[in-house]
Amino acid sequence: MALAIALVIIVVAAVLFHVLSPWWMTPLASNWGQIDTTLSITIVITGLVFVVINLFIAYAVVRYRRRVGRRADYQPENKKLEGWLMGLTTVGIVAMLAPGLLVYAKLINPPEDALVLEVVGQQWQWSFRFAGRDGQLGSSGIDFINADNPLGLNPTDTRGQDDVLVQGNEVHLPLGRPVKVLLRSKDVLHDFYVQPFRARMNLVPGMVTHFWFTPTKTGRYEILCAQLCGVGHYNMRGMVVVEDEAAFQKWLNSQPTFRETMTKTAATGGEALVKQGATLAQSQGCFACHSVDGSTRVGPSWKGLYGKTETFADGTTAQVDDAYLHQFIRNPTARVPKGYPPIMPKFDLSDQQLAALVAYIESLGQGKGKDAVAQQ
Amino acid sequence: MAYSHGDGHHPPQSFWTRYVWSQDHKVIAVQYTITAILIGLVGLVLSNLMRLQLGFPGRFAFIDAQHYYQFVTMHGMIMVIYLLTALFLGGFGNYLIPLMVGARDMVFPFLNMLSYWVYLVAVLVLVASFFVPGGPTGAGWTLYPPQAILPGTPGDGAGIILMLVSLLIFIVAATMGGLNYVTTVLQARTEGMTMFRLPLSVWGIFMATILALLAFPALFVSAVMMLLDKTLGTSFFMPAVISLGQTLGYKGGSPLLFQHLFWFFGHPEVYIVALPAFGIVSDLISTHARKNIFGYRMMVWAIIAIGVLSVVVWAHHMFVSGMNPYFGFFFATTTLIIAIPTALKVYNWVLTLWRGNIHLTVPMLFAIAFVSMFTIGGLTGLFLGNVSVDIPLSNTYFVVAHFHMVMGVAPILVVFGGLYHWFPKVTGRMLNDTLGKLHFWITFVGTYLIYFPMHYLGFLGMPRRYYAYDNYQFIPPSAQQLNVFITVVALIVGVAQLLFLFNLAWSAFKGRLAGPNPWGATTLEWQTPDTPPTHGNWGEAQPVVYRWAYEYSVPGATEDFVPQNLMPEGEGEGE
Repeated sequence: MALAIALVIIVVAAVLFHVLSPWWMTPLASNWGQIDTTLSITIVITGLVFVVINLFIAYAVVRYRRRVGRRADYQPENKKLEGWLMGLTTVGIVAMLAPGLLVYAKLINPPEDALVLEVVGQQWQWSFRFAGRDGQLGSSGIDFINADNPLGLNPTDTRGQDDVLVQGNEVHLPLGRPVKVLLRSKDVLHDFYVQPFRARMNLVPGMVTHFWFTPTKTGRYEILCAQLCGVGHYNMRGMVVVEDEAAFQKWLNSQPTFRETMTKTAATGGEALVKQGATLAQSQGCFACHSVDGSTRVGPSWKGLYGKTETFADGTTAQVDDAYLHQFIRNPTARVPKGYPPIMPKFDLSDQQLAALVAYIESLGQGKGKDAVAQQ
Repeated sequence: MAYSHGDGHHPPQSFWTRYVWSQDHKVIAVQYTITAILIGLVGLVLSNLMRLQLGFPGRFAFIDAQHYYQFVTMHGMIMVIYLLTALFLGGFGNYLIPLMVGARDMVFPFLNMLSYWVYLVAVLVLVASFFVPGGPTGAGWTLYPPQAILPGTPGDGAGIILMLVSLLIFIVAATMGGLNYVTTVLQARTEGMTMFRLPLSVWGIFMATILALLAFPALFVSAVMMLLDKTLGTSFFMPAVISLGQTLGYKGGSPLLFQHLFWFFGHPEVYIVALPAFGIVSDLISTHARKNIFGYRMMVWAIIAIGVLSVVVWAHHMFVSGMNPYFGFFFATTTLIIAIPTALKVYNWVLTLWRGNIHLTVPMLFAIAFVSMFTIGGLTGLFLGNVSVDIPLSNTYFVVAHFHMVMGVAPILVVFGGLYHWFPKVTGRMLNDTLGKLHFWITFVGTYLIYFPMHYLGFLGMPRRYYAYDNYQFIPPSAQQLNVFITVVALIVGVAQLLFLFNLAWSAFKGRLAGPNPWGATTLEWQTPDTPPTHGNWGEAQPVVYRWAYEYSVPGATEDFVPQNLMPEGEGEGE
């Protein structure tokens, strides 16, 4: 009896929970409404089966509970009933599968005139590239990657010279234009996931994957990585800004081309150095592991780091200063600060870039935190 | 009632040969079960540690991101492979197959013993990885390369190597056991035990074992190749990459190849766990409803159909992996087709209850709970199998909720049901009923409370395998409150399992004496001359089978069950 009551309560609570739940899909912001429709069909059909099966069990448990003198029926099979149930199930399956496959056929066929956006993933940050005026993306390869060419574009490929390299982890897209997203990864698997767009795809090192969608609502949408990519996975953040065509063009024009980033002269001077360091930290993905607000991520926060005394896993200590930071960043696993995993990569930085980075970290040091945070 | 005639079945003499280096399938079954439960406890504790972080992020300093991912990985691996697979095949398979088919033991008793000891080595290697520098691997139980063997992932050194070695050893053990189970079912059935008189438990375990023999080699080769990639620098799965700023020497390998191989194993693995559960639960429901299982033949064909289909659905785990998108049509279709025989099984379970005489014993409670839990888990599988619906839900908490209900909790409910059901045969004593009911209610209601709301975090788009969700704007603060709730319930359910362990330990010595057939069941294991059955199982003569396994409440019979080996009054009577 208690079991029957429990099952009925489960059914009622499940239906109520579904209706009242504050947790639901984020409002759709792309053309993939059909995915939501298929999902709704699936919820109705499966929900019905869930309710019927559980209530049937509850009824049977009460109606046919043990009674002295009762004998169960003896009926090894009933082909007709089984046939009907299989037939009905098949109808239900087709009702879900057919619309699902119809949407899928569209999902895998991007329109010819789609705007091409390249997304590049690495532990634990996103980078973006658009084709330049020639409308073509230049070729790229792992071997071309260095500190000045973080996306690994082929420097001799003329098609790539005017490609627009987006600075930072925020990319803009024009409203109402189909976007074909090409995805590649420098290191491990990632997944470009913006829930309101519904469509998404993995980034796989060694190959280029793709998917497409049309943004249908202006706004700011968070990019998440949804394929486990190591210890900083949960912090691999980015942002898509959907805006009207004019605003998009204005933003796009403010981003440097590949040629410009290669010929950019290094800034000098104190404040410029700090600013360059901040940009560098952004582009190298330092913020995936180091916060500037004092919160602990994979690595120590840079807020208040400069000037403090660091304790190492082997029990030794050292004062965090210029010399220490230079040494540490050049050879990050030689000494491991206590409480942190020994996973900091070696970055291929020029002496000038390293000086900029250290200047930036210094600016966040003890007693200096506020100004620099404001710069972020 | 020791029996011995000169065919090599000598009863063991000393304590060591009897309980440790035993070749008796019943002792090996108990060894497998105890080992699996112990390592399963580790998996349970790990899950509670994960829940602590998700419910109370940052509150427990020792659960940093690195440890969190290690807990996630080891929890998954332990539960799927070292607990469920080992317990269903090595535990239930070992105990039930010879007894249910009327054999004296497995066909290859020595190989059977070896299987357990090799399994134990696999478990020990797995446990050892907790104590090496860098700790166990944190690559997720799917161990996807390149990430699994690169820095940036916890345990990318000794941890991942030990994990792969442990899997290789486990597969050796599973193969030795598996060959035995299949051969025993095919060759050692007693007189009159046709394939279509086998209890469904045997059918489920039999088909699962065939799947294991076909699927585990795919995992074996992937583990070998990944080990070579890791230790010798080969590039089976490794393309050219720049890992955390370092250019590595890999070139030309394919991460997708690993995913295909892994899921070619991984999806059948779901059914390696599910099919024994299907079989066992069929027998529990039939016995305790005092009614024949409805549609026995269709149930058998459904098991076979599911087994066959399960090897052509694997890429539904890879809809957003970047594989050729046209695969999506094929794998979505096969996946939804597999729902038809699976649904048939659910219908036949509930139709077995219809017009039964339902005894709500503890095993029956667990069995019915399984049907409810499996139904919801199977239904949510229709979301994830239907390629376009999967796309927004992939790798979110919807997936976590789905697979925990369908292949975590549901099979575990059957494990509990099965242990409450057969414990009296194994030990000769009943498990305590009150403790059993308490254990049941906390587990059943608790798991519903944990996993049902979790689907909705998935709809919202919360990705799984996240250490923390700070500062994500689209996640409302209420999601965190829900996580607190789930964590609290998970802790309660976790602790409640101690009731079960206590019940097992206490009842083994102090439980009420059971008698040979406390449930009034028809199958052969309840008809042994001794309880618990002694070495050789059947005394002087093996049983002869006259009928199918589900002769409950037959009109005209004096009792409401007729054992399979009861000699009919007239001759040639049977099904």
